[in-house]
This record gives sequence, structure tokens and C-alpha cells, in this order.
Amino acid sequence: MLRGRRRMECTLDAQSLISISLRKIHSSRTQRGGIKLHKNLLVSYVLRNARQLYLSERYAELYRRQQHYPDGAPLLAMPACPPPAAAPPELAVLPLPADTQDREARSCAAARGGAELLEVPVCAAPPELQRAPCRDSSPGFYRAAGSAGPGGGGGGGSSAPPGLLYAAGCDFGSGGAPHCSSRTTVLDLDTHVVTTVENGYLHQDCCSQCPCCCQPAPGLASPPPTPGTKRKYYPGQEEEEEEEGVEEGEPGGGGGVAGGPPFAPCTKRARFEEYSAEHPQDSSNISNLISIFGSGFTGLVSRQQADSEQPLNGQLCSKQALASLGAWTRAIVAF
Amino acid sequence: FSGAGGGNDIQWCFSQVKGAVDDDVAEADIISTVEFNHSGELLATGDKGGRVVIFQQEQENKTQSHSRGEYNVYSTFQSHEPEFDYLKSLEIEEKINKIRWLPQKNAAQFLLSTNDKTIKLWKISERDKRPEGYNLKEEDGRYRDPTTVTTLRVPVFRPMDLMVEASPRRIFANAHTYHINSISINSDYETYLSADDLRINLWHLEITDRSFNIVDIKPANMEELTEVITAAEFHPNSCNTFVYSSSKGTIRLCDMRASALCDRHSKLFEEPEDPSNRSFFSEIISSISDVKFSHSGRYMMTRDYLSVKIWDLNMETRPVETYQVHEYLRSKLCSLYENDCIFDKFECCWNGSDSIVMTGSYNNFFRMFDRNTKRDITLEASRENNKPRTVLKPRKVCASGKRKKDEISVDSLDFNKKILHTAWHPKENIIAVATTNNLYIFQDKMN
Repeated sequence: MLRGRRRMECTLDAQSLISISLRKIHSSRTQRGGIKLHKNLLVSYVLRNARQLYLSERYAELYRRQQHYPDGAPLLAMPACPPPAAAPPELAVLPLPADTQDREARSCAAARGGAELLEVPVCAAPPELQRAPCRDSSPGFYRAAGSAGPGGGGGGGSSAPPGLLYAAGCDFGSGGAPHCSSRTTVLDLDTHVVTTVENGYLHQDCCSQCPCCCQPAPGLASPPPTPGTKRKYYPGQEEEEEEEGVEEGEPGGGGGVAGGPPFAPCTKRARFEEYSAEHPQDSSNISNLISIFGSGFTGLVSRQQADSEQPLNGQLCSKQALASLGAWTRAIVAF
Repeated sequence: FSGAGGGNDIQWCFSQVKGAVDDDVAEADIISTVEFNHSGELLATGDKGGRVVIFQQEQENKTQSHSRGEYNVYSTFQSHEPEFDYLKSLEIEEKINKIRWLPQKNAAQFLLSTNDKTIKLWKISERDKRPEGYNLKEEDGRYRDPTTVTTLRVPVFRPMDLMVEASPRRIFANAHTYHINSISINSDYETYLSADDLRINLWHLEITDRSFNIVDIKPANMEELTEVITAAEFHPNSCNTFVYSSSKGTIRLCDMRASALCDRHSKLFEEPEDPSNRSFFSEIISSISDVKFSHSGRYMMTRDYLSVKIWDLNMETRPVETYQVHEYLRSKLCSLYENDCIFDKFECCWNGSDSIVMTGSYNNFFRMFDRNTKRDITLEASRENNKPRTVLKPRKVCASGKRKKDEISVDSLDFNKKILHTAWHPKENIIAVATTNNLYIFQDKMN
């Protein structure tokens, strides 16, 4: 807590805000009295705001790199973005670098900002960057793959620029995706079987066919469960929180989760340098955790556990995985 | 209003302070709610440890005409205990979130107190007589050997030292999945509402096994959750009308005659956001932490992180008055987010005539805004101003630039010392201000 005389200065750094917010959400789970819905909702708004800024800046950086390396094509799929005029005014003045592409990025991001939490900003770049169009053409989709060592961009011999990997195509319940929309996940306390039902289809069926949902980066997550099977729940393992009527949508391991290559800081690090020097682990944590959360509010509250099936990088992630095991093994919110 | 004032300006004097003196605050002693009863004779506080302490004002002493009666402890009882929800592996805090008094109908007093999940109706009654002279029992209660009883006598009531007893008369439980943030007694004095993050329930004071859900904003898909209910209150005169505020800065007024489920509001009060003030934390600071009707019922007041707004119930588009509580914090939101202060829920209150509103701030400061003169004052609740009848010196925070003498710079403010709960006597100029673990009572200077 702030003591009397300490100066109240703070860097408005998107990355540190994200990290602080995630820490708050994590610690709220262990607080007495249970999760405070109101506080977590507010934190999720900050997270969304910071993430939009962070991602749009990353996107802008990627675009610049594309300009320099036209042949080292990453798998970039960016559907055409809605016209900037669609941006709701409330997000128009986020402090972002004054750069035409960035402004486009911002407005595209803002177009989906609206009332939805953690919307993935899409299409920050002009159409020239469209390579492999995604099968899911919903605007909620963004996918890029990259690999690079932690040392910096381009390290490790890969010509692909560093990038983020996450599949947010199945924007759960956000109305963007044609599938994976309304879900019901139920934990049967008697048989301990978790079932996710998706518009009448088992989620595993649905997602296994969709590359946007389930395709991880090379060397990443385990393949999605066999279609048609139910996941068996074992007490003591990491478990997702189940809520009736609440979207669960385990993206079958394709959540772009963090077993994969650590996120490499981009070369344009002026703003972040100070921060990452102090917290070298956190930059990889952040991209991993961003991918874990994907979209949606419930993800904040429960998803950390759900995706900790994957080995996570960084102290923060592993601490979370370990610390919350006991509390969540039998969690079910009754309505 | 500030400093030497004209005829109508109130000069606030320290009257009393209750609570531990030492700086080491025991968590259970943290005051979580303060409420005067309808006459102002009783003042109740609830704390994080689940206890309720009620103070009673002394009858005015004719010889001491310079001050009103002091408030002394009348009753203390444990209202709520910590509980454990085994199904969800959750501990339920015993912290008292709200206390609301019922109007007095007979010799006893009644109040509702609530924690996160359970509301209780408490009866506080006085006992000043006790039966003595039992035939078959000794005075200490042991039964006498029947063979030693040779005479017959009837017990009689004899005076005793006043004893104040608190007993739970009703327990209203298991109706809230989320954390209860408000309770409000209807003007019919038969029903009351309780509100949690997503739902509002209507109860009858006599019936504990049933409540009616009147508002439900839980989305079918929790992923779509965008706002929660932050406070709710019944209209002081219209028993069919209530309002609830949201984390998005809106207030909805509902009429229970319109339909059984009041998900559709009758009025929506919302002020458009100023785009030039947009920041990462816009959503947090626009969340409303308290809503209070004026005594007249014509206005309502809302408190968000930086301001107090007065709304005319007849105008939904914007508030009629806005008062900045501590605008100098706007540039510090990032730090306040880091240390969690940005989530502090400040309450606000009206004076008896609805002419002045009061709310708390940091550094043990509290603020009053006079709606007629448009003047405001900042005062401090501190043991340093301990002498009764000493007029409190107004405080000033220096936002930037050169700090004048007696001003305090923003960076020197102690953000651990926050005043979240304040209450104003319904009839007199007596205020109760709660710091972290102390209760201060201030009165206006009587001449």
C-alpha cells in the first residue's frame, strides 16, 4: 500500500498494466470471501484497454517488419477490417503513437471494442498483408505464428519475425464467430464428467474441424481430444470451473498456450525497455497469459486453471497453476 | 462555509472519538458501515469482525446547554460469524456490509444487518426489571430441594441495572449467489430489498423462507457480462419505486407496478462520458459506489470515484449538479490502480434538509458541499483536533505548483487513511465519520 510520502508516479505502460491486472485477478482467488465479481469485472476492463493498446502496437510493429522482410512470410491472416468510421468514440483517444497505420489499428480495434470484454483487435494492417485467409472469416479472428528465441527478434535462425500465437477465432459468445457461440458446460458432480455442448454439438467435434480454434504452433499443445469423447475429470488435476449456462469452450489445447516459444520482445522497445529489464520473465508470461484468456470475462476468472494443463513459462504462470489447484477441484457455481 | 462564515455557515467542532488509539489496526475493528436511526438518538456501526456497536445519545442536560448529548455505547453484539460454503469451497466473510434501521413501533428497536450472503433482523430491547422471589428456585437459578419448601410465594418484578439485549428475530438466508452490497427498507415498513452484484430480491420482514427476485441482470452467457449492480435503494415515499446503480455509471429507476420482474427500467439516468477524459481506467472511475435518495424524494445522489452527482428524478440525461471530491487524483489513477485504492467504495449522505451533501476522501479528509451557496469545505478527522468545541480548521490539498502554507500536497496524502463511511443525523447538525477503525462525531458550534 502506498505510504504517506511516496511519490505517486507510475508509467502508463500497457505491458505492465496487463501484468498488474493479471496479478490482481490471480490474487483475488485466494482472498477471503471468494471472488469479487465487481472488482474482477473492472480489472478486466483495464486489461482489455491495455491489451488493445499493446496488441495494436505489436501489430504495427509486425507490419513494419513485414515491410522489411516481404519474403519471410509468417502465417498472417487478416481479414478486411471494418472501416475506421465504425470506431466508437470512446476508444478514439487512447494514447497511441501518431502513425497512420496505428490509427487504423486503433480504429479497427475500437470497432470491436464496444461492450465486449477482451475483444481481439483485428486487421491492423492494410490488405497487402493478407496471406492465408482464415477459414473463419469472422472479424474476431487473428492469428499469427512466429518463433524466436528470447534474445531478440530473429534470433535462432528463424526468418519469421517474432509474433504472437493465439487462436481467438472462437470468440465465445461474442457473436463474431459462426460457430462456437452458445455453449453449455456442465460438471456432473456424481460421475465427474465434464461435458461441453455447443449448439447441439459436442465442442470437441466442432473445434477439431476448425483450424482457427485448434491449430497450435508447431511443437505446441497436445492435439484436441477425440471428437465425441467427454473429458474425464479427476480431482486433484487442474480443472476448469464449470458453470451451467456459462461458456466454457476449452479450445482443445489450441489456445495457443504457452508451451510454445517464448515471446520475443520486438526491436522497437523504447517504451518497454525499462520494464522488461526488471522483469525479463514477464514479457513471455504476458503473451502466454493473453493467449490463455482469449476472450471473454469468464476466461479471466477461470481460464487460468483450465489451460494450465499446458506447461507454462514463467514464475507467475506456474505459481497460479499450483496455488489454485486445491480450490478449484470441486468448484461449481450453482444458479 | 469555509473559515469565518456568515450567519448560516456551519462551524464544525470535534465532539467525540470512539475506538482504539493505537496505530496498529486490528482487521476485525475496521468499520464497514455507519447509520443513524430515524430519530438520531441511536448510531450503529458495523465492522469487519461481524460486530455491531450501537451508541445512544444522552438526554440533553439542561445545565450543559452548549452541547448536545454525547453518544455512549448502548449495545454491542456479534451479528454475523464467518461461514464456510462447502459446495463452493468459499469462505463467507462476517464483515457487516450494511445496517438499516426500522422505524420504531414500540419500546424495542429493530435493525437489519447484512454480510455478503445473509441478512438478519435484530431486536434491541431494554430490560430494567427482573423477577425475584421464585418459590422453587434459588436466586442463582438452582432448583431448591422440594422437601425444604415450606411456604408459598409469588415472584415479583424488581428494578435492576439497565440491560440492553440484542436478539436475532429473523434470518434471511440463501437467497443470494453473489455478494450483497445493499439493503433498503421500503416506505411501507413491511418489505425491504437486498441487492447483490447481479440480482435484487424483495423480502417481507415477517417471512424468511421466501423472497421475490425483482431484478436479474445476469446474462445467459457470463462471457457477456459487462456490468454489475453496485447499490440499490427504495424511494423514501413511493413504496413502488426503487433505483439501482451499476458499475457502468448508470442508474435505473424501476416501478414495481409495471411488472413483476423489473429488468426493464422506467428511467435510465446516464451522463455521456467526456471523451477527453478517456483513459485506461475510465470504466473503473465511472463505477457508482453509492446511491442515496434525498429525504424529499425529489433528488438522488450518486458517488463515483472522483465526484458526487445530484440527479433530478425528472431528468435522465444528466445530473443537475456535479461536485468534484478530489479531482487532483485524476492524474494519479495509475498508482491508485496499482495499490488498489481505485477500487475504494466511498459512500455519501444528505443532511436532514437536503441542502448539504457529504462524502469521504483520503488522508482522513471528508468533504461537504453546500448546494445553495455552492461552497465546499474539506475537514480532517484526526485525534489532533481533540478538544471539544474547537472549531475544525478547513483543509486544502495543493494539486500542483507551489504549495502554500497549511496546504498539503497530493504526494503527501496518506492513502491508507480513507473515510468511506459517513452519516448525518436526520435532524441536527451532528455527523458521524468513520476512519479505518475510529468513529468521530462532530457537531456544529452552538452559541
